[in-house]
Amino acid sequence: MKYKDYYGILGIEKNAGVPEIKKAYRKLAHKYHPDVSKEPNAEERFKEVAEAYETLKNPEKRAAYDQLGSYQPGQDFRPPPDWQKQYSDTHFSADDIDLSDLFAGLRGGRFHARQDHGKISMPGEDYEVAVHITLEEAYRGTEVELDLSMPEFDDKGVLRRVPHVVKARIPKGVTDGQRLRIPGKGGKGFNGGRNGDLYLNIVLHPHSLFRVSGHDLYFDLPLAPWEAVLGTSVDVPTPGGPVRLKVPPGTHAGQKLRLGKRGLPKPRAGEGDLFAIVQIAVPGVVSERDRALYQQLAQGSTFNPRGHFEQELKNESRTH
Amino acid sequence: MKVELTEVLWLDEQEQLSLTELAGLSGLSEAELHELVDFGAIIPVDPGAEPLGFRADCVVTARTACRLRTDFELEAQGLALALTLLNRIHDLEAQLRDLSAQLPRRP
Repeated sequence: MKYKDYYGILGIEKNAGVPEIKKAYRKLAHKYHPDVSKEPNAEERFKEVAEAYETLKNPEKRAAYDQLGSYQPGQDFRPPPDWQKQYSDTHFSADDIDLSDLFAGLRGGRFHARQDHGKISMPGEDYEVAVHITLEEAYRGTEVELDLSMPEFDDKGVLRRVPHVVKARIPKGVTDGQRLRIPGKGGKGFNGGRNGDLYLNIVLHPHSLFRVSGHDLYFDLPLAPWEAVLGTSVDVPTPGGPVRLKVPPGTHAGQKLRLGKRGLPKPRAGEGDLFAIVQIAVPGVVSERDRALYQQLAQGSTFNPRGHFEQELKNESRTH
Repeated sequence: MKVELTEVLWLDEQEQLSLTELAGLSGLSEAELHELVDFGAIIPVDPGAEPLGFRADCVVTARTACRLRTDFELEAQGLALALTLLNRIHDLEAQLRDLSAQLPRRP
């Protein structure tokens, strides 16, 4: 079992009173609660903070925790020989249990085996996991294998950490932030209580080309100046394979060209759209021949891209 | 050991839940859900209908409400306010993501 320094986690002294413990918890909960925080590792930090608070706010749990002794955070340790005798009427193995699971089972000053509580049925806990998938996987659907570890009571009512592997089919149509539920794949219920559920939070990996907005996709389409002026047809990638896109003459930078139903599939039916955002690309290095052609164009063209500045410039020169 | 492939359920507007189902999935009581509906923090499919029905994605909001209530010891009105503000933040973040997806990535 790994030692956790609950006082250190809350940033309080060992002799801190309940009001101080509560104050420290509230401050850290505001900072790290995963529903409100944008801090990195907020969920992990909040779990530690909540676990420390749950133990230290309860005088019985706090006394039992203090009796464990002091170790370095993360250090492997075993409760002192008389500790288990004093606080527990059941056997547990210090190797396959987490400190939080241990303290969750303390009631009436002692740790009890779950079977001592008669036939009260208890539902299993729900779990939430983030599932990271690629855009291609979201497009065609995929299967994911999740390695989870859940606290579970064995036949003797002893709490243990048990590895669980859940293989789930992620249907096509999911997009970033989509939530899915797998009934009964959360924590195991006890005494006939229903198993908890597993919630999946879909997170799409950023794609090198496509940017995601719901089920619509956007990508940049660089065009040479003459392609934008004269129009052209270009082969463009889409998640479903390349397609030929017709660029109309007079296309300008920033213009969105829509490829209908070429985005991500929607749940059950339909597809989002794919948008090409036009960029006018200019060469970094210009050959002598190209330069001559551009100069010829510059001298011969009457096009003025800043025509709308003229009135403003006249007004400004009048006022100065 | 061969692991069996599990099908998932969508949590979206196409699936609906009863008040009792939403309470069972979220950990909130039906009375607490009624209060959040009264405060406008959770919106039923048809607020005038009886019994109330909810889009399945309300589970996400209701579970958040349950966590906030427990972790911050919030009463119903404070909880409803926190949920309303969180929903507004999520909507704004979604708009920001949508707009940012439309901005060219390369100069």
